Amino acid sequence: MTDATPTFERSPDLPPPASTVGVVGWLRQNLFSTWYNTLLTILALWIVWEAVPPVISWAFLTADWAGTSRDDCTSGGACWVFIKEWFGQFIYGRYPIEERWRINFGSIILIVCAATLFFPRFPYKLWVSLFLIFVYPIVAFFLFSGDAFGLEWVETPLWGGLFLTLVIAIVGCVFALPIGIVLALGRRSDMPAVRAVCVAFIELWRGVPLITVLFMASVMFPLFVPEGLTFDKLLRALIGIMLFQAAYLAEVIRGGLQAIPRGQYEGAQALGLSYWKMMILIILPQALKLVIPGIVNSFIALLKDTTLVLIIGLFDFLGMIQAAGTNPDWLGFAVEGYVFAAFVFWVLCFGISRYSLHLERKLHTGH
Amino acid sequence: MQYKMLVAAAALAVGFALPASSATIDDVKAKGHVQCGVSQGLPGFSNPDQAGNWTGIDVDVCRAVAAAVFGDANKVKFTPLSAKERFTALQSGEVDVLSRNTTWTLTRDTALGLDFVGVNFYDGQGFMIRKDMGIDSATKLDGASVCVNIGTTTELNMADYFRANNMKYEPVVFEKADEVVAAYDAGRCDVYTTDRSGLAAQRVKLKDPSAHFVLPETISKEPLGPVVRHGDNQWGDVVRWSLITMIEAEEMGLNSGNVDDMRKTATNPAVKRVLGTEGDMGKVLGLGNDWSYNIIKQVGNYGEVYAKHVGPNTPIGLARGPNELWTNGGLMYPMPVR
Repeated sequence: MTDATPTFERSPDLPPPASTVGVVGWLRQNLFSTWYNTLLTILALWIVWEAVPPVISWAFLTADWAGTSRDDCTSGGACWVFIKEWFGQFIYGRYPIEERWRINFGSIILIVCAATLFFPRFPYKLWVSLFLIFVYPIVAFFLFSGDAFGLEWVETPLWGGLFLTLVIAIVGCVFALPIGIVLALGRRSDMPAVRAVCVAFIELWRGVPLITVLFMASVMFPLFVPEGLTFDKLLRALIGIMLFQAAYLAEVIRGGLQAIPRGQYEGAQALGLSYWKMMILIILPQALKLVIPGIVNSFIALLKDTTLVLIIGLFDFLGMIQAAGTNPDWLGFAVEGYVFAAFVFWVLCFGISRYSLHLERKLHTGH
Repeated sequence: MQYKMLVAAAALAVGFALPASSATIDDVKAKGHVQCGVSQGLPGFSNPDQAGNWTGIDVDVCRAVAAAVFGDANKVKFTPLSAKERFTALQSGEVDVLSRNTTWTLTRDTALGLDFVGVNFYDGQGFMIRKDMGIDSATKLDGASVCVNIGTTTELNMADYFRANNMKYEPVVFEKADEVVAAYDAGRCDVYTTDRSGLAAQRVKLKDPSAHFVLPETISKEPLGPVVRHGDNQWGDVVRWSLITMIEAEEMGLNSGNVDDMRKTATNPAVKRVLGTEGDMGKVLGLGNDWSYNIIKQVGNYGEVYAKHVGPNTPIGLARGPNELWTNGGLMYPMPVR
């Protein structure tokens, strides 16, 4: 018998019970931990089982993709032929087919310029930004409407589809932002007259629904101006949307201004900066950064609100899809049209919100 | 400030009470096209085609006016208008003629400062039911559930009709036409009611269109026609006679195919007057004497237009019914061109 010193060896850890690891463990912990969780899981699975296969079957398995007319839609599923055949009009509206390159060209300039701003090391960012803000709108205006530089005039009633939706949303947002900043500053101003005007403007425009603004711009406004003096309907709608959006952005930005600690103002004043220098150099950069989610939120709301222009006879993306559905040869494909519209709007809005997240991360310098 | 308010108020008053008195025809000739207000999409009446052009019987009325004024049916531009803004657009001069499935009623003809110049489609509200219900008359609809668009005159007409006939019914209301059709197709109601032209168009959307039919009763009168501003009679005449010429041409057997031959060979003085080879019909309208020839040649007679856009051979498949010529038992009675 050896006199071995009893050593306490650490016995190896037993593996955790099979029911707490792996797929089974995860399922038990998250889906079947209690009787009501089990019930909810089963219910949810049943709903998914009932809802998803028919949708997939409708949208993909039994859908018709090829063909040129409604006669090619025989399988009983979705008729994507409708989208395919009208795709050009959904994108460009009734813009003349031989002039569509102008929209493509204008979009490419915008996309290329915007893309360069994404590269952190691109050297001419300032110039590109200045071009986008000051020169591009003028270029785009002449490119799209024509009547100059040998381009044929394309009247705005022919504008439509996704093109018009984006024109309204981008113009509405880009021009509304500076107005909104001025209004927000005005509302926090010490000068009573300026403050009163800004408050009145913001509350008036925020107090009426967008549909009323559009209706006033399109229906009532022509009655107030002398006969024969007509303004372009799209222009009227754009100005209405712009002012409406500006009032909302003003409130968003005011929230940012109020979140800036008093010390920032006092510090700037102590440095001897004038009001505008203080705002432009110290306050606004911080305030705007804070309210990026709010600004993006209003932009997404505006993008979807543009569909309201249908009531004043402009054919935006959704309006064009609805109009196409009234063609006697294509009656009865409303569902396909709406699904397509929902998909495109989702892609746009999701893209914008992803971009805003990216922007927030990039500008996050940590307070 | 007061001055501005005054001007605004005056403009409003003028807009409602004393619309355009300047000669529209001169404006139209000066700008080189007719500006025409149409609907934003009503199958067969005005809807975009795949090339991006507007087509339909309402659209063809405007093309006829353009053919009469300019000798070119394509010198017309279309402004799609929603139901709410259509009258303002006409009052404010944004459009020269409104051809937008608009029902001719007393209040619209008077209080709005507008003039209806004729009827290009006699519509009326009807009922659609399933064939297997075995009902052949709307008077047997007691107790039925009815799918209808909310807040329309359709809903009111239906209520009036059922009350007048002492019948009970259960309304099933929806906001949009597509929803109403889907509900009817899914069997959520026994009957679907809207204007007969609408019934015909919506029927195409049903799963099995042949299992449904439209009851013979028409419970409301909806004479649809082009509208111009009140007080500009010469322009009103041009639109009115452009429409009449299309109907008159059908009565005389003139169509876009045979009009060239008829122009050379016709001996009937009435036909010759329509074709502009006799009399000065164009001149008294302030147009060229070939105005009517241009309409028939480029747009066609009423029957052709009807057959092309809403007739039995189109997906809409609407029989002529009351829109048949008076000589065939319909209501289309063109005033004589002489």
